[in-house]
Formats: sequence, C-alpha cells, structure tokens
Amino acid sequence: MAIKLPAALTPSGTVSPNAGPEGDPPQRSLWLGAVDKVGDFWIVGVLVLMILVFGLDSPNHDLFTRASWLNTSQYAVEFLILAVGETFVIITGGIDLSVGAILGFTGMVSGAVMQSMLSSHENSLLTTVVGFAVALGLGAFIGLVNGFIITRLKLPPFIVTLGSLTAVGAAPALINGGNEISNLPSQMLTIGSAAIASWVYYTVVVAAVVCVVMGMVLHRTRFGLRTYAVGSNNLGARRAGINVDAHLVRVYVISGFLGGLAGMMVMANFSVATPIAGQNDELNAIAAVVIGGASLFGGRGHMLGTVVGTFIIALLVTGLVLVGVSGSWQEVATGIIIVAAVAVDQVRLRLSER
Amino acid sequence: MARSDNVVNVYDVGRRTQYKGVAVSEVHAGGEPEAARAVPVIATRGITKHFGTVQALRGVDLDVYAGEVVGLVGDNGAGKSTLVNILSGALQPNDGTILVDGKTVAFGSSLEARRSGIETVYQDLSLAPDLSVWANIFLGREQSVKGPLGWFHWLDRKAMARAAEADLERTHIRIGSVGSLAGRLSGGQRQAIAVGRAVAWGSRVILMDEPTAALGVEQQAKVGELVRSVCDQGVPILLISHNLPQIHALCDRVVVLFQGRVVADLRPATCSVEEIVSWITGASLAATAATVSQLSRSGAQHGD
Repeated sequence: MAIKLPAALTPSGTVSPNAGPEGDPPQRSLWLGAVDKVGDFWIVGVLVLMILVFGLDSPNHDLFTRASWLNTSQYAVEFLILAVGETFVIITGGIDLSVGAILGFTGMVSGAVMQSMLSSHENSLLTTVVGFAVALGLGAFIGLVNGFIITRLKLPPFIVTLGSLTAVGAAPALINGGNEISNLPSQMLTIGSAAIASWVYYTVVVAAVVCVVMGMVLHRTRFGLRTYAVGSNNLGARRAGINVDAHLVRVYVISGFLGGLAGMMVMANFSVATPIAGQNDELNAIAAVVIGGASLFGGRGHMLGTVVGTFIIALLVTGLVLVGVSGSWQEVATGIIIVAAVAVDQVRLRLSER
Repeated sequence: MARSDNVVNVYDVGRRTQYKGVAVSEVHAGGEPEAARAVPVIATRGITKHFGTVQALRGVDLDVYAGEVVGLVGDNGAGKSTLVNILSGALQPNDGTILVDGKTVAFGSSLEARRSGIETVYQDLSLAPDLSVWANIFLGREQSVKGPLGWFHWLDRKAMARAAEADLERTHIRIGSVGSLAGRLSGGQRQAIAVGRAVAWGSRVILMDEPTAALGVEQQAKVGELVRSVCDQGVPILLISHNLPQIHALCDRVVVLFQGRVVADLRPATCSVEEIVSWITGASLAATAATVSQLSRSGAQHGD
C-alpha cells in the first residue's frame, strides 16, 4: 500500500545555507531560488559595496593599501574570536553578554601573572605559555559557571550573562590597582606585531585558525548538529536523547574559552594588558553574528556569515575613519545595519516559506 | 446485552474487581489466529500513576500484539497521555510493570524506551525545523565517519542521507530531497517524516499521539494509509486519537480508558462509533456493571 503524496505536497524545497547543516540542494522554483540566492549573498554584497565605497571615497584610495588591510584585519581579530563563540551560543537560542568582560578580566589576570613571573626572572617562553593557560582556563571556567547557572537554576541566559558581565566586568579594576600592565614577555609582543610576509599578523592567523576549526565543528560534526538541534527544538532534542543541559554548558565554556583567547590577542595587539579592554565588545560580537544571518531565536546561523558580519563591523570603523567621518558615526551605522540585516532576513524567510 | 459480544473485559469501577468472560470467547473466535497473538509485543500490568492527590492511572492492563493497530481512546483526563508518557519512558509509573516481548522492563528515560524498540510519534512531531530531513531522522543516533575524524564525531552525512532516503522509501514516503529543511515542508510531509523516523527505529512498537490533530482531511487520510502500511510490515501501533471515526476505520482493536482504567476492549469490525462513545462517556460502563452484577447474582458468572 504505497503512500504517494500528491504533487502539491512534494517540496519545491528551498535550502538556505544561513539556515543550518543542509544536504544537497533540492530543485528550487525560479522565484524562491532568486530570493534564496539574494539571501545567500546579499550580506557579502554589502561588504563588497562598503569596500568599494570606502575605497573610492578615501583620499588616494587608502583603503586598498597594505597598512589599511593590516589595520582592519588586526582590529577584526578581537571581535572575530568572540563572535565565533557567540555564534554557537546564539544558535542554541541563548546569548552571552559576558564575553567582553571575560576578555578584559582574563587579560588582566594573565598579565598580572606574567608580570610577577617575569619579575622573579622566570623564562620568558614559559611565562607566555602560563599566561595563555591562565587566560584560557579562567575564561573557560567563567563560561562553565555561566552554563551551570543557566542550566541548573534554569535562568534565562540573558540575565545570567548580564550578571557576569557586570561582576566580571568590574573585576579588572581590582587587579594591579586598576593600572595597565606593560611588563610582558617578548613573545607576547612578537605575536602582536609580527606579520607573515608583512601582510598577515600572527593574531590574524590565530583568529583564522579558530574560525576554520570551529566552523568545521559547527557544520561538520555531531557537536555542531546538536547545537542546531538544541536551538531549533529544545524538547525534541531532549526526546532524541541529547543531554541538552550538558551541551549548553559546553557551548558556554567554548564562548568563555574564546573570550580568554581574545583577551590574549588584544593584549598582544596593544603590547599591554589594560583594564578597559573588551568593554562593549560583546555588542559588536553579537551584531556580527546577527548580521551574518543567525537568528536570536536559535537554530539558525553560519560561521561564514559571522566572518562576513565581523568584517562589515571592522570595516565600518576603519573605513569611516579613512573617509574622515567621526568614530561615533560608526556606532550609528552599526546599529542601522543590525536592524536592516535582521529585517531583510525576516522578509527573506517569509517569502521563502510561501 | 446488546454490547456484550464486543466486551472483552470489564472492570467494576470502584472496587477494581475484574469480571471476565462476558461473551469473551465469541469475540476471540473471530479474531486473529491464536498462535500469532501468543506473546504481546508490549504489555502493561497494573500500571498506576498519581500526581499528588490526583490518581491518573488506577491499574492499567494493556496488550498490544504484533501486526495490529490498537486505538487508545478516552475522555480528557482519562489517562491516555499519562499512559503514553509511561510507555515512552517520559514518566515512571508508581506501580505496575511494562513487558516487552514478555520480559519486564523499566524505562528511566525516553532514551531507554527507544533502546527497547519503542518509538513515539509526538503530537508536536518533535522535529527540528532548522535541520534537514536526514538530520532529523538521525538526531541522537548520528553516524560518524571511520578513522581519526570519527574520534571527533565527524558526521558521515552521505551515509545518513542515503539511509534516510532508504528508510523513507521503505515506508513509501515521498519527500523529495532528504536535504530539505524539515521546517520548509508541508504539514503532511512533516508528519510523514515523524512517522518515517519512528518506523526506521521502532523495531517493536510505535506509539502515535494524536497524529492527525493538526492536519487537513486529505492529509489525515494519508496518515491513515501510512499507519496501515507500517502495521502491515509487522510493527504494531498504539494510536491515541480523539478522531473516533478515524480510530474506528483504522484500528483492529479499540481500548477505552475511563477514569484511569481500561473499561472496554472493542473490535471496530463489530461495533459502531456510537458504541465507542458510550464507553468513553461511561454510559456503557454503568449499563454493563448492572448487567454483570445481575449475572453474578444469578450465578452465571464464569470463573477467572
């Protein structure tokens, strides 16, 4: 007794790469295909358009210079690493407001540890390694605490991470009397200032590796698939035998860990650990993820989108400076782009679901 | 005694006394061959469950045999959902046992129930709309590639997509591409995926909770065909529904729950929808209780 669904029921199914780990593309109708194609590429188009406008508008086309690329890419590292962790969190339907605070706090603690090791004449390389271990471990630990409170006490991620943003964000001022720490091992300074073929900073390499590795984890492994599942249908994931709480804890640990890594990269960039590092970075990271096509309701998001979103934000800063617009306009522009990105995404979704 | 030929067993409400034998033999004589019904695939014995002071189940005995579609009906609050949740492992009974192929089992979670081959098609379908069809079918049972990448649970997407296609093919479900997102499919197709997933993994029995509640008439009919087609492949189905005409048309047996007890075990082949309704509302129960007590007074009660 074969069940043959009528023609009207067979899908002219459309699949958006913004929407999850999909398989081979099904056949699409022309109109839906067009809508989807726009959806796939419009944010890349915005980035290209920005590059052209800023490039042609800046005096002597400064945007197309090596210095400008080094500047922009170095600036993007900070947000990119945070945004990678935030991508996982947002796909589960959560949010992590504490990443900027984690960045600042882990940087200061690690800086203080390295400073005291250096002043007791410890080996410089060992000091660097310990410094990384401290920052990454501390970041992961704060993420673990976030995750435990969210899952065990069943509190909204927004509230829990707002709490840790406030508490952890205040902590750097308590370290080293709230002063900058500039007595850092030479390796840290090398990481921040050396560039491969004088085009790619080491910090950019680190961020790129993080993107590629975590992108594969998200889009190619069981962990990534379950991250989408948890955000897409929490109860369904539980019924499917997924330990949703443990999964969420791991996702917040990843976010905290990457916060610690970003703390080290920022320290390397500025050759100094400063208590104001990372302030408001969480907003830029969340904006990058959302511009990249992720849904704050969970279930949707893509690592490539996050990368493009990050570069849009980084380019806004360096580009607007190059064309001689005040930095405050960058924040205005970021705000507009966030809302526009989400609005376009919603319209696209509605059209494609017709 | 208009209904007696459909009554397999009757519990006397209030005393938990079982009266068997009101024309039971005639019913079974017309049923399936006895050999095929020897051991129920899934059975419950004396299942009770209370939530605080509310007694949801008061000792439920239920048998589902290979190759049959059993309808589970009852008014709101009769205990249908509680029973299904216990069978699917979501709830644990206060008392009583569950038997799979005659062996006692205990489910601490829905995962354990599924490991025993009991799959559930939930009313909300339990699909992740942002995942592809194959990912939904394999969620929680993902296949990894062999070799070093497998240590990181690197998904074998091709194998899962192929297997999902074969699973849906086997149950004659046409979805188009298994790479489509579940959320982009029609209600009927989503239903079909949920059923297909249950069939793919449910080796022993499939529980279906209100499978047609959210569907249009045409799609309801499709699901009905699907249910029969699955059952014909040997896997029995326990179907919970408010749609009595559909229950009547689809099921080999209809078990009626009333106030936490099984009060009737009917055969749609020989009874009407109205009869099922009168059991659900308790009207028949009162009538039969009167008849039974009359019979027992006159000494006509059969021994157990």
